[in-house]
Amino acid sequence: MTDQHVDILIIGAGPAGLAAAIAAREAGVESILILEREKEPGGILRQCIHNGFGLHRFSEELTGPEYAKRDVDHVRQLGIPVRCGATVLSVSPDRTVTCVSPEFGFSRISAGAVVLAMGCRERPRGTLCTPGTRCAGIYSAGTAQRFVNLEGYMPGRRVVILGSGDIGLIMARRMTLQGAKVLACVEIMPYSSGLNRNIVQCLEDYGIPLYLSHTVTDIHGRERLSGVTVSRVDENRMPVPGSEIRFDCDTLLLSCGLIPENELSQGAGVELSPLTSGPVVSETLETSVPGIFACGNVLHVHDLVDHVSSESFRAGRAAAAFVRASSPPAPVFAVKDGPGVRGTVPQKISARPAEDVSLMFRPDDVYRNAAAVVECGGAEILRKKAMIYTPGEMAVLTLKKEVFENLPDKVITVRMEGEKQHG
Amino acid sequence: MDKIITCINCPVGCRMTVTLSDAGAFVSVSGNTCPRGAKYAEQECTRPLRVVTAVLPVPGSETPLSVKTSSPVPKELIPEIMRLMGNVSVSLPVAVGDVVVPNVLQTGADIVATRELFSL
Repeated sequence: MTDQHVDILIIGAGPAGLAAAIAAREAGVESILILEREKEPGGILRQCIHNGFGLHRFSEELTGPEYAKRDVDHVRQLGIPVRCGATVLSVSPDRTVTCVSPEFGFSRISAGAVVLAMGCRERPRGTLCTPGTRCAGIYSAGTAQRFVNLEGYMPGRRVVILGSGDIGLIMARRMTLQGAKVLACVEIMPYSSGLNRNIVQCLEDYGIPLYLSHTVTDIHGRERLSGVTVSRVDENRMPVPGSEIRFDCDTLLLSCGLIPENELSQGAGVELSPLTSGPVVSETLETSVPGIFACGNVLHVHDLVDHVSSESFRAGRAAAAFVRASSPPAPVFAVKDGPGVRGTVPQKISARPAEDVSLMFRPDDVYRNAAAVVECGGAEILRKKAMIYTPGEMAVLTLKKEVFENLPDKVITVRMEGEKQHG
Repeated sequence: MDKIITCINCPVGCRMTVTLSDAGAFVSVSGNTCPRGAKYAEQECTRPLRVVTAVLPVPGSETPLSVKTSSPVPKELIPEIMRLMGNVSVSLPVAVGDVVVPNVLQTGADIVATRELFSL
Protein backbone atom coordinates (compact mmCIF):
# COMPACT_ATOMS: atom_id res chain seq x y z
CA MET A 1 0.00 0.00 0.00
CA THR A 2 1.19 3.49 -0.80
CA ASP A 3 0.32 6.69 1.00
CA GLN A 4 0.56 9.94 -0.86
CA HIS A 5 -0.56 13.55 -0.61
CA VAL A 6 -1.43 15.83 -3.53
CA ASP A 7 -2.84 19.35 -3.60
CA ILE A 8 -5.56 18.54 -6.12
CA LEU A 9 -6.82 15.06 -6.94
CA ILE A 10 -9.08 14.71 -9.97
CA ILE A 11 -11.22 11.62 -10.50
CA GLY A 12 -11.69 10.95 -14.20
CA ALA A 13 -9.58 11.92 -17.25
CA GLY A 14 -12.43 12.69 -19.62
CA PRO A 15 -13.00 16.22 -20.93
CA ALA A 16 -14.11 17.42 -17.48
CA GLY A 17 -11.13 16.08 -15.52
CA LEU A 18 -8.62 17.19 -18.16
CA ALA A 19 -10.01 20.76 -18.26
CA ALA A 20 -10.08 20.98 -14.46
CA ALA A 21 -6.41 19.87 -14.34
CA ILE A 22 -5.34 22.40 -16.97
CA ALA A 23 -7.12 25.27 -15.19
CA ALA A 24 -5.74 24.28 -11.77
CA ARG A 25 -2.18 24.17 -13.10
CA GLU A 26 -2.61 27.49 -14.91
CA ALA A 27 -3.81 28.92 -11.58
CA GLY A 28 -0.45 27.92 -10.10
CA VAL A 29 -1.03 24.55 -8.41
CA GLU A 30 1.98 22.26 -8.88
CA SER A 31 0.86 19.05 -7.20
CA ILE A 32 -2.01 17.57 -9.25
CA LEU A 33 -2.90 13.93 -9.96
CA ILE A 34 -5.61 12.60 -12.29
CA LEU A 35 -6.97 9.08 -11.72
CA GLU A 36 -8.52 7.31 -14.73
CA ARG A 37 -10.21 3.90 -14.83
CA GLU A 38 -9.60 3.30 -18.56
CA LYS A 39 -6.22 2.47 -20.12
CA GLU A 40 -5.89 5.92 -21.70
CA PRO A 41 -7.24 9.43 -21.03
CA GLY A 42 -10.00 11.04 -23.10
CA GLY A 43 -13.15 9.60 -21.56
CA ILE A 44 -16.24 8.94 -23.66
CA LEU A 45 -14.88 11.16 -26.47
CA ARG A 46 -12.55 8.32 -27.42
CA GLN A 47 -15.48 6.32 -28.76
CA CYS A 48 -17.40 9.27 -30.27
CA ILE A 49 -15.67 9.08 -33.66
CA HIS A 50 -18.28 11.23 -35.45
CA ASN A 51 -17.66 14.94 -36.05
CA GLY A 52 -19.40 17.97 -34.56
CA PHE A 53 -17.42 18.59 -31.36
CA GLY A 54 -15.78 21.87 -30.46
CA LEU A 55 -17.75 24.34 -32.57
CA HIS A 56 -18.07 26.78 -29.64
CA ARG A 57 -14.63 26.32 -28.12
CA PHE A 58 -12.43 25.90 -31.20
CA SER A 59 -14.73 27.23 -33.97
CA GLU A 60 -14.27 24.01 -35.92
CA GLU A 61 -15.95 20.63 -36.11
CA LEU A 62 -13.71 18.01 -34.58
CA THR A 63 -14.32 14.32 -34.01
CA GLY A 64 -14.41 13.14 -30.39
CA PRO A 65 -10.88 11.67 -30.40
CA GLU A 66 -9.50 14.88 -31.94
CA TYR A 67 -11.20 17.05 -29.30
CA ALA A 68 -9.87 14.81 -26.52
CA LYS A 69 -6.36 14.86 -27.95
CA ARG A 70 -6.12 18.64 -27.64
CA ASP A 71 -6.69 18.45 -23.88
CA VAL A 72 -4.63 15.28 -23.43
CA ASP A 73 -1.68 16.90 -25.24
CA HIS A 74 -2.05 20.04 -23.13
CA VAL A 75 -2.09 18.03 -19.88
CA ARG A 76 1.06 16.16 -21.01
CA GLN A 77 2.76 19.43 -21.99
CA LEU A 78 2.02 20.80 -18.50
CA GLY A 79 3.51 17.62 -17.00
CA ILE A 80 0.38 16.71 -15.04
CA PRO A 81 0.43 12.96 -14.23
CA VAL A 82 -2.52 10.79 -15.31
CA ARG A 83 -2.67 7.39 -13.57
CA CYS A 84 -4.57 5.11 -15.94
CA GLY A 85 -6.09 1.74 -15.09
CA ALA A 86 -6.86 3.14 -11.63
CA THR A 87 -10.26 2.45 -10.10
CA VAL A 88 -11.28 4.70 -7.22
CA LEU A 89 -12.88 2.72 -4.38
CA SER A 90 -13.87 5.51 -2.02
CA VAL A 91 -13.76 9.22 -1.32
CA SER A 92 -14.03 10.32 2.30
CA PRO A 93 -15.42 13.65 3.59
CA ASP A 94 -11.87 14.59 4.73
CA ARG A 95 -10.74 14.16 1.08
CA THR A 96 -8.87 10.90 1.41
CA VAL A 97 -9.26 8.76 -1.71
CA THR A 98 -8.55 5.04 -1.98
CA CYS A 99 -7.90 3.40 -5.33
CA VAL A 100 -6.47 0.26 -6.92
CA SER A 101 -4.39 -0.04 -10.06
CA PRO A 102 -2.18 -2.79 -11.51
CA GLU A 103 0.86 -0.50 -11.30
CA PHE A 104 0.54 0.79 -7.73
CA GLY A 105 -1.73 -1.77 -6.07
CA PHE A 106 -3.88 -0.33 -3.32
CA SER A 107 -3.21 3.36 -2.69
CA ARG A 108 -4.50 5.87 -0.22
CA ILE A 109 -4.17 9.46 -1.38
CA SER A 110 -5.01 12.50 0.70
CA ALA A 111 -5.79 15.69 -1.17
CA GLY A 112 -6.12 19.40 -0.48
CA ALA A 113 -9.07 19.43 -2.85
CA VAL A 114 -10.89 16.74 -4.84
CA VAL A 115 -12.55 17.30 -8.22
CA LEU A 116 -15.26 14.78 -9.09
CA ALA A 117 -15.26 14.27 -12.88
CA MET A 118 -16.58 10.71 -13.27
CA GLY A 119 -19.12 11.43 -15.99
CA CYS A 120 -22.41 9.60 -16.40
CA ARG A 121 -23.89 6.22 -17.27
CA GLU A 122 -26.62 5.10 -19.64
CA ARG A 123 -30.00 4.10 -18.28
CA PRO A 124 -29.91 0.28 -18.31
CA ARG A 125 -32.64 -2.15 -19.36
CA GLY A 126 -33.59 -2.87 -15.76
CA THR A 127 -34.85 0.67 -15.21
CA LEU A 128 -37.01 0.63 -18.35
CA CYS A 129 -39.35 -2.15 -17.16
CA THR A 130 -39.34 -3.76 -20.62
CA PRO A 131 -41.02 -7.17 -20.53
CA GLY A 132 -39.78 -10.29 -22.31
CA THR A 133 -36.91 -12.73 -22.04
CA ARG A 134 -33.43 -12.00 -20.72
CA CYS A 135 -31.57 -13.06 -23.85
CA ALA A 136 -28.24 -11.86 -25.26
CA GLY A 137 -28.22 -9.12 -27.87
CA ILE A 138 -29.54 -6.22 -25.82
CA TYR A 139 -27.03 -3.42 -25.29
CA SER A 140 -27.05 0.20 -24.33
CA ALA A 141 -26.21 2.30 -27.40
CA GLY A 142 -22.97 3.49 -25.83
CA THR A 143 -21.84 -0.08 -25.13
CA ALA A 144 -22.41 -0.93 -28.79
CA GLN A 145 -20.51 2.23 -29.73
CA ARG A 146 -17.58 1.08 -27.62
CA PHE A 147 -17.63 -2.39 -29.22
CA VAL A 148 -17.65 -0.99 -32.76
CA ASN A 149 -15.39 2.04 -32.43
CA LEU A 150 -12.84 1.02 -29.79
CA GLU A 151 -12.79 -2.76 -29.79
CA GLY A 152 -13.59 -3.52 -33.42
CA TYR A 153 -16.55 -5.88 -32.87
CA MET A 154 -19.98 -5.70 -34.50
CA PRO A 155 -22.61 -6.48 -31.85
CA GLY A 156 -25.16 -7.71 -34.42
CA ARG A 157 -26.55 -7.61 -37.95
CA ARG A 158 -30.24 -6.70 -37.67
CA VAL A 159 -30.88 -3.89 -35.25
CA VAL A 160 -33.78 -2.09 -33.58
CA ILE A 161 -33.04 1.02 -31.50
CA LEU A 162 -35.23 1.97 -28.55
CA GLY A 163 -35.05 5.68 -27.72
CA SER A 164 -34.13 8.47 -30.10
CA GLY A 165 -31.50 10.28 -28.03
CA ASP A 166 -28.42 11.41 -29.91
CA ILE A 167 -26.32 8.35 -29.02
CA GLY A 168 -29.02 6.06 -30.44
CA LEU A 169 -29.23 8.11 -33.63
CA ILE A 170 -25.46 8.20 -34.03
CA MET A 171 -25.36 4.41 -33.56
CA ALA A 172 -28.12 3.91 -36.16
CA ARG A 173 -25.78 5.47 -38.72
CA ARG A 174 -22.64 3.76 -37.43
CA MET A 175 -24.21 0.28 -37.49
CA THR A 176 -25.55 0.93 -41.01
CA LEU A 177 -22.20 2.18 -42.32
CA GLN A 178 -20.36 -0.77 -40.79
CA GLY A 179 -22.70 -3.20 -42.58
CA ALA A 180 -25.70 -3.89 -40.31
CA LYS A 181 -29.38 -3.39 -41.19
CA VAL A 182 -31.14 -0.97 -38.84
CA LEU A 183 -34.86 -1.74 -39.04
CA ALA A 184 -36.33 0.99 -36.86
CA CYS A 185 -35.74 3.65 -34.24
CA VAL A 186 -38.57 3.59 -31.69
CA GLU A 187 -39.41 6.59 -29.46
CA ILE A 188 -42.09 6.54 -26.74
CA MET A 189 -42.53 10.33 -26.78
CA PRO A 190 -44.35 12.14 -29.62
CA TYR A 191 -41.05 13.91 -30.44
CA SER A 192 -37.36 13.01 -30.56
CA SER A 193 -34.95 14.46 -28.02
CA GLY A 194 -32.19 14.17 -30.62
CA LEU A 195 -30.76 17.04 -32.68
CA ASN A 196 -32.45 17.79 -36.03
CA ARG A 197 -29.09 17.29 -37.63
CA ASN A 198 -28.90 13.74 -36.29
CA ILE A 199 -32.48 12.90 -37.33
CA VAL A 200 -31.64 13.98 -40.89
CA GLN A 201 -28.09 12.70 -41.20
CA CYS A 202 -28.35 9.48 -39.18
CA LEU A 203 -31.90 8.26 -39.94
CA GLU A 204 -33.30 9.97 -43.07
CA ASP A 205 -30.01 9.65 -45.01
CA TYR A 206 -30.23 5.87 -44.62
CA GLY A 207 -34.00 5.44 -44.88
CA ILE A 208 -34.33 4.28 -41.26
CA PRO A 209 -37.93 4.80 -40.03
CA LEU A 210 -38.52 6.72 -36.79
CA TYR A 211 -41.59 5.46 -34.92
CA LEU A 212 -42.72 8.27 -32.61
CA SER A 213 -45.22 7.46 -29.79
CA HIS A 214 -44.14 3.80 -30.00
CA THR A 215 -42.26 1.56 -27.61
CA VAL A 216 -40.94 -1.99 -27.30
CA THR A 217 -43.62 -4.09 -25.57
CA ASP A 218 -42.06 -7.55 -25.87
CA ILE A 219 -38.65 -9.11 -26.33
CA HIS A 220 -38.33 -12.55 -27.96
CA GLY A 221 -35.51 -15.08 -27.97
CA ARG A 222 -33.96 -17.75 -25.77
CA GLU A 223 -30.17 -17.66 -26.02
CA ARG A 224 -30.01 -14.74 -28.44
CA LEU A 225 -32.55 -12.06 -29.26
CA SER A 226 -34.75 -13.15 -32.20
CA GLY A 227 -37.17 -10.24 -32.35
CA VAL A 228 -39.02 -7.44 -30.61
CA THR A 229 -42.65 -6.37 -30.57
CA VAL A 230 -43.26 -2.65 -30.96
CA SER A 231 -46.60 -1.05 -30.06
CA ARG A 232 -48.06 2.41 -30.47
CA VAL A 233 -48.72 4.23 -27.18
CA ASP A 234 -51.58 6.57 -26.33
CA GLU A 235 -51.30 10.03 -24.77
CA ASN A 236 -50.72 8.40 -21.38
CA ARG A 237 -47.86 6.37 -22.87
CA MET A 238 -49.89 3.14 -22.51
CA PRO A 239 -49.61 0.53 -25.31
CA VAL A 240 -52.57 0.47 -27.72
CA PRO A 241 -53.82 -3.12 -28.19
CA GLY A 242 -53.86 -4.22 -31.83
CA SER A 243 -51.05 -1.84 -32.86
CA GLU A 244 -48.26 -4.42 -32.46
CA ILE A 245 -45.51 -4.66 -35.09
CA ARG A 246 -43.03 -7.55 -34.96
CA PHE A 247 -39.42 -6.95 -36.01
CA ASP A 248 -37.08 -9.90 -36.51
CA CYS A 249 -33.73 -8.71 -35.18
CA ASP A 250 -30.68 -10.01 -33.32
CA THR A 251 -29.82 -6.74 -31.58
CA LEU A 252 -31.71 -4.16 -29.53
CA LEU A 253 -29.88 -0.94 -28.63
CA LEU A 254 -31.16 1.20 -25.76
CA SER A 255 -30.76 4.97 -25.95
CA CYS A 256 -33.04 6.07 -23.13
CA GLY A 257 -31.17 8.69 -21.18
CA LEU A 258 -28.07 9.28 -19.08
CA ILE A 259 -27.61 9.41 -15.32
CA PRO A 260 -24.69 11.11 -13.53
CA GLU A 261 -22.50 8.50 -11.84
CA ASN A 262 -22.39 9.52 -8.17
CA GLU A 263 -21.75 6.39 -6.08
CA LEU A 264 -18.39 7.81 -4.97
CA SER A 265 -19.90 11.23 -4.25
CA GLN A 266 -22.56 9.65 -2.05
CA GLY A 267 -19.89 7.76 -0.13
CA ALA A 268 -18.24 11.10 0.62
CA GLY A 269 -21.51 12.47 2.00
CA VAL A 270 -22.06 14.85 -0.91
CA GLU A 271 -25.64 16.11 -1.11
CA LEU A 272 -27.31 15.20 -4.43
CA SER A 273 -30.12 16.97 -6.27
CA PRO A 274 -33.12 14.78 -7.19
CA LEU A 275 -33.57 16.90 -10.34
CA THR A 276 -30.09 16.60 -11.84
CA SER A 277 -29.04 13.39 -10.02
CA GLY A 278 -25.76 15.24 -9.49
CA PRO A 279 -24.28 17.12 -6.53
CA VAL A 280 -25.81 20.32 -5.21
CA VAL A 281 -23.14 22.96 -5.88
CA SER A 282 -22.34 26.63 -5.43
CA GLU A 283 -21.17 28.87 -8.28
CA THR A 284 -17.60 27.68 -7.62
CA LEU A 285 -18.86 24.12 -8.28
CA GLU A 286 -18.06 23.18 -4.70
CA THR A 287 -20.35 20.46 -3.34
CA SER A 288 -21.89 20.36 0.14
CA VAL A 289 -18.60 18.85 1.39
CA PRO A 290 -15.87 21.53 1.71
CA GLY A 291 -13.02 21.09 -0.78
CA ILE A 292 -14.88 18.57 -2.97
CA PHE A 293 -15.83 20.02 -6.37
CA ALA A 294 -17.85 18.51 -9.25
CA CYS A 295 -17.95 19.26 -12.98
CA GLY A 296 -19.03 17.77 -16.29
CA ASN A 297 -21.59 15.00 -16.65
CA VAL A 298 -21.22 13.83 -13.05
CA LEU A 299 -22.75 17.19 -12.07
CA HIS A 300 -25.50 17.30 -14.69
CA VAL A 301 -25.80 15.71 -18.12
CA HIS A 302 -24.58 18.07 -20.85
CA ASP A 303 -25.24 17.87 -24.56
CA LEU A 304 -22.18 19.84 -25.65
CA VAL A 305 -18.64 18.95 -24.60
CA ASP A 306 -17.74 22.62 -25.08
CA HIS A 307 -19.94 23.40 -22.05
CA VAL A 308 -18.32 20.58 -20.08
CA SER A 309 -14.91 22.10 -20.73
CA SER A 310 -15.85 25.65 -19.73
CA GLU A 311 -17.61 24.43 -16.58
CA SER A 312 -14.60 22.30 -15.67
CA PHE A 313 -12.12 25.13 -16.18
CA ARG A 314 -14.13 26.98 -13.52
CA ALA A 315 -14.02 23.96 -11.18
CA GLY A 316 -10.24 23.72 -11.63
CA ARG A 317 -9.75 27.40 -10.82
CA ALA A 318 -12.02 27.13 -7.78
CA ALA A 319 -10.18 24.03 -6.50
CA ALA A 320 -6.89 25.94 -6.90
CA ALA A 321 -8.30 28.87 -4.88
CA PHE A 322 -9.44 26.43 -2.19
CA VAL A 323 -5.99 24.85 -1.72
CA ARG A 324 -4.44 28.31 -1.52
CA ALA A 325 -6.50 28.51 1.68
CA SER A 326 -8.71 31.33 0.59
CA SER A 327 -11.67 29.46 1.97
CA PRO A 328 -14.71 30.06 -0.23
CA PRO A 329 -17.38 32.43 1.09
CA ALA A 330 -20.53 30.81 2.39
CA PRO A 331 -23.39 30.71 -0.11
CA VAL A 332 -26.14 33.23 0.64
CA PHE A 333 -28.35 33.08 -2.46
CA ALA A 334 -30.51 30.05 -3.28
CA VAL A 335 -31.32 29.38 -6.94
CA LYS A 336 -34.78 27.87 -7.51
CA ASP A 337 -36.48 26.37 -10.58
CA GLY A 338 -39.53 28.41 -11.51
CA PRO A 339 -42.34 27.37 -13.89
CA GLY A 340 -41.05 25.54 -16.97
CA VAL A 341 -37.49 25.10 -15.67
CA ARG A 342 -35.79 21.94 -14.42
CA GLY A 343 -32.52 21.30 -12.64
CA THR A 344 -30.80 24.69 -12.54
CA VAL A 345 -27.08 24.49 -11.66
CA PRO A 346 -25.64 25.96 -9.46
CA GLN A 347 -28.23 25.74 -6.71
CA LYS A 348 -26.37 28.18 -4.42
CA ILE A 349 -24.41 31.39 -4.98
CA SER A 350 -22.15 33.27 -2.58
CA ALA A 351 -22.54 36.95 -1.69
CA ARG A 352 -19.64 38.15 -3.87
CA PRO A 353 -18.94 35.70 -6.73
CA ALA A 354 -15.34 35.96 -7.97
CA GLU A 355 -16.43 35.44 -11.61
CA ASP A 356 -19.60 35.93 -13.66
CA VAL A 357 -22.09 33.17 -12.83
CA SER A 358 -23.46 30.78 -15.49
CA LEU A 359 -26.90 29.38 -14.68
CA MET A 360 -27.52 26.15 -16.64
CA PHE A 361 -30.87 24.36 -16.92
CA ARG A 362 -33.28 22.60 -19.25
CA PRO A 363 -36.82 23.73 -20.04
CA ASP A 364 -39.51 21.11 -19.30
CA ASP A 365 -40.94 21.29 -22.84
CA VAL A 366 -40.34 22.95 -26.20
CA TYR A 367 -41.01 26.71 -25.95
CA ARG A 368 -41.30 28.87 -29.09
CA ASN A 369 -40.90 32.66 -29.25
CA ALA A 370 -39.74 32.28 -25.71
CA ALA A 371 -37.67 33.92 -23.03
CA ALA A 372 -35.83 32.58 -20.00
CA VAL A 373 -36.23 35.00 -17.11
CA VAL A 374 -34.17 35.34 -13.92
CA GLU A 375 -35.91 37.08 -11.02
CA CYS A 376 -35.08 38.08 -7.48
CA GLY A 377 -37.50 39.56 -4.96
CA GLY A 378 -40.01 40.39 -7.70
CA ALA A 379 -37.42 42.22 -9.83
CA GLU A 380 -36.27 40.91 -13.21
CA ILE A 381 -32.47 40.67 -13.30
CA LEU A 382 -31.99 38.93 -16.67
CA ARG A 383 -34.11 38.05 -19.70
CA LYS A 384 -32.79 36.00 -22.61
CA LYS A 385 -35.07 35.69 -25.61
CA ALA A 386 -34.82 32.93 -28.18
CA MET A 387 -36.92 31.59 -31.04
CA ILE A 388 -36.85 28.23 -29.35
CA TYR A 389 -35.84 26.56 -26.10
CA THR A 390 -35.93 22.74 -26.10
CA PRO A 391 -35.29 20.11 -23.42
CA GLY A 392 -32.65 18.60 -25.71
CA GLU A 393 -30.45 21.67 -25.46
CA MET A 394 -29.12 22.98 -22.17
CA ALA A 395 -29.80 26.70 -21.73
CA VAL A 396 -27.03 28.89 -20.32
CA LEU A 397 -27.70 32.31 -18.76
CA THR A 398 -24.73 34.35 -17.59
CA LEU A 399 -25.19 36.78 -14.71
CA LYS A 400 -22.55 39.49 -14.33
CA LYS A 401 -20.85 39.28 -10.94
CA GLU A 402 -21.80 42.94 -10.27
CA VAL A 403 -25.49 41.92 -10.29
CA PHE A 404 -25.05 40.32 -6.88
CA GLU A 405 -23.97 43.54 -5.20
CA ASN A 406 -27.51 44.74 -4.52
CA LEU A 407 -30.11 42.04 -4.94
CA PRO A 408 -33.40 42.62 -3.09
CA ASP A 409 -33.79 39.04 -1.84
CA LYS A 410 -31.90 35.80 -1.06
CA VAL A 411 -33.88 33.66 -3.53
CA ILE A 412 -33.13 33.77 -7.27
CA THR A 413 -35.71 32.13 -9.55
CA VAL A 414 -35.36 31.01 -13.18
CA ARG A 415 -38.55 30.56 -15.23
CA MET A 416 -39.71 30.15 -18.83
CA GLU A 417 -42.04 32.36 -20.82
CA GLY A 418 -43.47 31.57 -24.26
CA GLU A 419 -45.61 29.18 -26.28
CA LYS A 420 -45.37 25.74 -24.75
CA GLN A 421 -45.57 23.09 -27.44
CA HIS A 422 -47.04 20.00 -25.81
CA GLY A 423 -48.81 21.40 -22.75
CA MET B 1 -40.91 19.72 -58.43
CA ASP B 2 -41.24 20.49 -54.69
CA LYS B 3 -39.18 18.87 -51.96
CA ILE B 4 -39.84 19.22 -48.22
CA ILE B 5 -36.80 19.16 -45.93
CA THR B 6 -35.99 19.93 -42.29
CA CYS B 7 -33.33 22.54 -41.62
CA ILE B 8 -30.48 21.24 -39.43
CA ASN B 9 -28.79 24.52 -38.54
CA CYS B 10 -30.48 25.02 -35.17
CA PRO B 11 -33.13 23.49 -32.86
CA VAL B 12 -35.97 25.44 -34.54
CA GLY B 13 -35.84 22.83 -37.33
CA CYS B 14 -37.77 24.81 -39.96
CA ARG B 15 -39.75 22.69 -42.42
CA MET B 16 -38.77 24.18 -45.76
CA THR B 17 -40.33 23.66 -49.17
CA VAL B 18 -37.75 23.76 -51.94
CA THR B 19 -38.86 24.18 -55.56
CA LEU B 20 -36.59 22.60 -58.15
CA SER B 21 -36.71 22.79 -61.95
CA ASP B 22 -37.32 19.60 -63.98
CA ALA B 23 -33.57 19.44 -64.52
CA GLY B 24 -33.11 19.48 -60.72
CA ALA B 25 -31.81 23.05 -60.51
CA PHE B 26 -32.68 25.15 -57.47
CA VAL B 27 -35.52 27.61 -58.07
CA SER B 28 -36.78 28.85 -54.69
CA VAL B 29 -37.25 28.02 -51.02
CA SER B 30 -39.99 28.91 -48.53
CA GLY B 31 -40.54 28.16 -44.87
CA ASN B 32 -37.07 29.17 -43.71
CA THR B 33 -36.72 31.86 -41.03
CA CYS B 34 -33.13 32.88 -41.72
CA PRO B 35 -30.56 33.07 -44.55
CA ARG B 36 -28.68 30.04 -43.18
CA GLY B 37 -31.79 27.96 -43.89
CA ALA B 38 -31.99 29.15 -47.49
CA LYS B 39 -28.32 28.38 -48.06
CA TYR B 40 -28.65 24.92 -46.53
CA ALA B 41 -31.81 24.18 -48.56
CA GLU B 42 -30.10 24.96 -51.85
CA GLN B 43 -27.00 22.95 -50.97
CA GLU B 44 -28.97 20.00 -49.61
CA CYS B 45 -31.29 19.77 -52.64
CA THR B 46 -28.66 20.25 -55.31
CA ARG B 47 -25.44 18.78 -53.94
CA PRO B 48 -25.82 17.33 -50.42
CA LEU B 49 -22.50 16.98 -48.62
CA ARG B 50 -21.45 14.98 -45.55
CA VAL B 51 -18.31 14.37 -43.54
CA VAL B 52 -17.91 10.59 -43.41
CA THR B 53 -16.37 8.96 -40.34
CA ALA B 54 -15.54 5.28 -39.91
CA VAL B 55 -13.27 2.78 -38.18
CA LEU B 56 -10.72 0.55 -39.92
CA PRO B 57 -9.08 -2.57 -38.57
CA VAL B 58 -5.29 -2.24 -38.33
CA PRO B 59 -3.10 -5.37 -38.21
CA GLY B 60 -1.19 -5.53 -34.93
CA SER B 61 -3.55 -3.18 -33.08
CA GLU B 62 -6.38 -4.23 -30.77
CA THR B 63 -7.97 -0.81 -31.27
CA PRO B 64 -9.33 0.05 -34.71
CA LEU B 65 -8.32 3.31 -36.37
CA SER B 66 -10.95 6.04 -36.50
CA VAL B 67 -10.88 8.13 -39.68
CA LYS B 68 -12.80 10.95 -41.36
CA THR B 69 -12.96 12.70 -44.69
CA SER B 70 -10.91 15.90 -44.39
CA SER B 71 -13.84 17.90 -45.84
CA PRO B 72 -17.50 17.15 -46.65
CA VAL B 73 -18.00 14.84 -49.66
CA PRO B 74 -21.06 14.25 -51.89
CA LYS B 75 -23.61 12.20 -49.96
CA GLU B 76 -24.20 9.73 -52.80
CA LEU B 77 -20.55 8.62 -52.60
CA ILE B 78 -20.85 7.42 -48.97
CA PRO B 79 -21.55 3.72 -49.81
CA GLU B 80 -18.65 3.61 -52.26
CA ILE B 81 -16.31 5.30 -49.78
CA MET B 82 -17.29 2.76 -47.10
CA ARG B 83 -16.65 -0.13 -49.54
CA LEU B 84 -13.29 1.34 -50.46
CA MET B 85 -12.32 1.65 -46.80
CA GLY B 86 -12.89 -2.07 -46.37
CA ASN B 87 -9.84 -2.65 -48.61
CA VAL B 88 -7.50 -0.05 -47.17
CA SER B 89 -4.42 -1.34 -45.40
CA VAL B 90 -2.85 0.78 -42.69
CA SER B 91 0.40 0.08 -40.88
CA LEU B 92 1.49 1.20 -37.42
CA PRO B 93 2.27 3.68 -36.08
CA VAL B 94 -0.41 6.21 -37.06
CA ALA B 95 -0.61 9.88 -36.01
CA VAL B 96 -3.67 12.13 -35.99
CA GLY B 97 -4.02 13.72 -39.42
CA ASP B 98 -2.06 11.01 -41.29
CA VAL B 99 -3.54 10.58 -44.76
CA VAL B 100 -4.91 7.07 -45.19
CA VAL B 101 -6.42 7.59 -48.69
CA PRO B 102 -5.48 10.75 -50.62
CA ASN B 103 -8.14 12.48 -52.75
CA VAL B 104 -10.74 9.79 -52.18
CA LEU B 105 -12.80 9.15 -55.37
CA GLN B 106 -11.44 12.42 -56.80
CA THR B 107 -13.51 14.43 -54.32
CA GLY B 108 -10.57 16.56 -53.25
CA ALA B 109 -11.00 15.22 -49.70
CA ASP B 110 -8.48 12.90 -48.06
CA ILE B 111 -9.35 10.17 -45.61
CA VAL B 112 -7.33 11.04 -42.52
CA ALA B 113 -6.71 9.41 -39.13
CA THR B 114 -8.52 11.00 -36.16
CA ARG B 115 -6.61 9.15 -33.45
CA GLU B 116 -3.11 7.87 -32.91
CA LEU B 117 -2.10 4.22 -32.76
CA PHE B 118 1.33 3.06 -31.65
CA SER B 119 3.31 -0.04 -32.53
CA LEU B 120 3.26 -2.52 -29.66
